[in-house]
Amino acid sequence: MEYKDYYGIMGVSKDASQDEIKRAYRKLARKYHPDVSKESDAEARFKEVNEAYEVLKDPEKRAAYDQLGSQWRQGQDFRPPPDWDAGFEFTGGGFTGADQSRFSDFFESLFGAGGPFRGAGHATGRRGEFRRRGEDHHAKVLISVKDAYQGATRTLQLQVPEVDPRGHVGLRPRTLNVKIPRGVTAGQQIRLSGQGGPGTGGAPDGDLFLEVEFEPDPLFRVEHRDVYVTLPVTPWEAALGGTVAVPTLGGQVELKVPAGSQSGQKLRLKGRGLPAKAPGDQYAVLRIVTPPADNEARRALYERMAREMPFDPRANLGE
Amino acid sequence: MAEGERNRPLSGVLMDEELTLTLGELCRSCDLPAEELLAMVQEGLIEPVAVEGRTWRFAGTAVRRVHVAVHLQRDLDVNLSGAALALDLLDEIRALQARLRVLESRS
Repeated sequence: MEYKDYYGIMGVSKDASQDEIKRAYRKLARKYHPDVSKESDAEARFKEVNEAYEVLKDPEKRAAYDQLGSQWRQGQDFRPPPDWDAGFEFTGGGFTGADQSRFSDFFESLFGAGGPFRGAGHATGRRGEFRRRGEDHHAKVLISVKDAYQGATRTLQLQVPEVDPRGHVGLRPRTLNVKIPRGVTAGQQIRLSGQGGPGTGGAPDGDLFLEVEFEPDPLFRVEHRDVYVTLPVTPWEAALGGTVAVPTLGGQVELKVPAGSQSGQKLRLKGRGLPAKAPGDQYAVLRIVTPPADNEARRALYERMAREMPFDPRANLGE
Repeated sequence: MAEGERNRPLSGVLMDEELTLTLGELCRSCDLPAEELLAMVQEGLIEPVAVEGRTWRFAGTAVRRVHVAVHLQRDLDVNLSGAALALDLLDEIRALQARLRVLESRS
């Protein structure tokens, strides 16, 4: 297993006071909380920080950890020395109410079940002495905007914490095929009943909640249920009006561009956003693209326009 | 684990605004006692979307708000008002980021 540098993870020195450790923890917990953070590795970092704090906040565990010595590096291959914990008196349980399934093999081997730190912390009912509903599990699922429009089936790989008969906690990979319902939008949850943690004492299993996020799409941008597409048009289409083809999530449609349109103008395609009882709309945002004046004839055309169509687009800028 | 679980696609319930839950259903969905949910209603953290007779109905989206509030209270030691404030700000950030992506795509 890999050695964990708990001081490095917390960004504190080895002689940091308990107060400094607490302050560092508070700051990092806010930064990497999975419900708050935008960092892509937030969940892993949050777990790591919690594990480090679980050890460093407890003077007994911290002293035992310090005793491993300072020659270790983060990620280095590690086996606990046979008598690493000799001479320590432990009063508390290994886990102080924190969820043990969040912690690494490294933590488990030092402070987990079977070691001297095992104790009161385990009497939280997960061993099945009494009836307790299974925990709810949470995961994020990344889908395309098209999947949200059409509905889809996605295969998910989840790491599920599992407690073996000896009380050791490991992660078991689990593959799930899940139907993504039509019309789901970013930030919404899909609940899969009974797919969370197992209940004990005959109580029901917990649920699995999947929170949906959209993959970035090169064409379609979604705001709640409305969909935005940039629609390039020629200057004459914008000035004279015309019918142009626009991609929508449901396929290509014809859109009438009114005469006298300008760049940035939004044309609405009612009801062509994400489906729902009150479906979203699609907006085509016009972008006028000028053809390059890359030969004599084209340059002559532009020059003729300049002569015959005097026009000051900056009339309202003042001065 | 049942045989064939790998292949059979699971259908879930979409927790959106179209789904409504009674207080009892919300309690079961969030695995919380009614008193805690009532405290969240009082804080304005969740709001009933309708009253049918003497029964409150909550939108399915309330479940996520309750989950996040519970996580924030447990992990960051904030109180209910702090969790409610964080939730409102997180919603605002999400809306602004979506808006920003729409605007950035025009350039």
